[in-house]
Amino acid sequence: MSDQKLQSHTVQTTGHAWDGDLQEYNNPLPTWWVYTFYATVVFALIYWTIYPSWPFGKGWIGGLSDVTYVNSEGVTRTHSWNTRALYLADQNEAVAAQKPYFDKVDSMSYQQIANDPEMNGFILSAGKALFADNCAPCHQAGGQGVVGFFPNLTDDDWLYGGSFEKIHETLVQGRRGYMPAFSEVLAADQIDALANYVASQAGLANDAAKARAGDALFHSETAACFYCHGVDAKGRKEIGAPNLTDKVWLWANVPAAEGDESKVVAIRNVIASGLNKGVMPAWAGRLSPEQIKVLTVYVHELGGGL
Amino acid sequence: MNFNFKHEWIETNIGLMAVLTMLAISVGGLVEIAPLFFIDKTIEKVEGVRPYTPLEQRGRDIYQREGCYLCHSQMIRPFRDEKLRYGHYSLAAESQYDHPFQWGSKRTGPDLARVGGKYSNEWHVQHLVAPRSMVPESVMPNYPWLLATKLDISDVSDRMKALRKVGVPYSLSQAEYDANVKQFGETVAKQLHIPDAQKNLVEQANFGNYDGDRSGISEMDALIAYLQVLGTMVDFSKYSDDAFVGNR
Repeated sequence: MSDQKLQSHTVQTTGHAWDGDLQEYNNPLPTWWVYTFYATVVFALIYWTIYPSWPFGKGWIGGLSDVTYVNSEGVTRTHSWNTRALYLADQNEAVAAQKPYFDKVDSMSYQQIANDPEMNGFILSAGKALFADNCAPCHQAGGQGVVGFFPNLTDDDWLYGGSFEKIHETLVQGRRGYMPAFSEVLAADQIDALANYVASQAGLANDAAKARAGDALFHSETAACFYCHGVDAKGRKEIGAPNLTDKVWLWANVPAAEGDESKVVAIRNVIASGLNKGVMPAWAGRLSPEQIKVLTVYVHELGGGL
Repeated sequence: MNFNFKHEWIETNIGLMAVLTMLAISVGGLVEIAPLFFIDKTIEKVEGVRPYTPLEQRGRDIYQREGCYLCHSQMIRPFRDEKLRYGHYSLAAESQYDHPFQWGSKRTGPDLARVGGKYSNEWHVQHLVAPRSMVPESVMPNYPWLLATKLDISDVSDRMKALRKVGVPYSLSQAEYDANVKQFGETVAKQLHIPDAQKNLVEQANFGNYDGDRSGISEMDALIAYLQVLGTMVDFSKYSDDAFVGNR
């Protein structure tokens, strides 16, 4: 109480009273606070001079600070400081750091890259990052794919070919799988026969009589399976028609089907409903040619072949 | 001159206090937002950006309804790592017809500003129905009802009319249509014509068959149509990589 009385003699109040006697001290601001405030004002003034700040007419004041970069046409430009110019300068640095490697990627053949231990290391690290960002959502982190949806890249079965050139082609232009729905043109027992024939070709248990009928149908003009899958049912890579004899399954989820009967059913369902999927996007516009080449070698190392 | 300011003037006059408080708190917004409407270079001048087709727009509605923006941004910042993962940084021009924009500020999932064309339609269907069947480590919820729910197309023209009111150039009259032909070309202008909205929506959905099911138009069709157009409108190969530096 005595302290309060003392203060009331030295500090003024704001002058008004509420509810009769409720008054408010008018203390000056602490010195440290006032000087910090002045310091922030000075900071703002300096900041405004260096960086883009105030709108002015139809533009703004760019500030004294600037960024120098080389653009995609090779022209060196200086622009007042902003994040987009800063990003380009940053990109220049990244390109310069990666140039020795990408130059080599450009000049070497696929086989040379694969055989060179140093380049191989680069492919493994750069390719892994590219694969994780762009390919893994469908083909999975290890390239193992998803049965029923996206092909396994680690096995020896390649729909469109597993050579460097074919993998490159697949990456650049993308792919689109297609098989007609045979339920529209064939009877149920014919499709059943075909399924048994395909099962027989893949070494699965099957009804021999049905498989024989399926064999005839497979090679007939009625079903005309051999047009795409080949007379030997080993597929045609030119059009992405899969090999039916190699026990590798993409569309019919045979491995997951339990029991001989349901394995044939899985095959039958695919023949009946056909396929209008198996779409791989084209990467030419999204990735640079060097990135695609790195990915080509990376994917080839996962399980490339013919 | 003896001007004696008194707190009491403001503190005893609630109306005056409200007005002064409002003025004080609008300063921040006014100095940061208002100038953008007068600065020439706020929106980059690029070719290709157009309003969404009726089907894409309905997909966008679903995107908002499901709260996709809570986990996915649509704003690629001009950083090296973002370029590597997502592609070219987002331009203001690319979201000029977005009401409301979906820039977002939270990335639990990846940025979607350029997801268009990156995955096949089939991947999107599978991933939306059961995300972990495609991306094992994903924490995204399942959205199975998108495939099962028929898309409501009855109010598509009303929705476009509402967007037209806030400045999206969907056309109602012949004159507006002609102006769109001039600005966007005939193919796009047709899609922006409100009287044909339902017809256009059905045509695009049937032609695209985004959900892989020809029996009808599902919400999945619309959402994937929208996702597949995100970030694909501007052809960046036509521009030098510093074409948009002057806009910031």
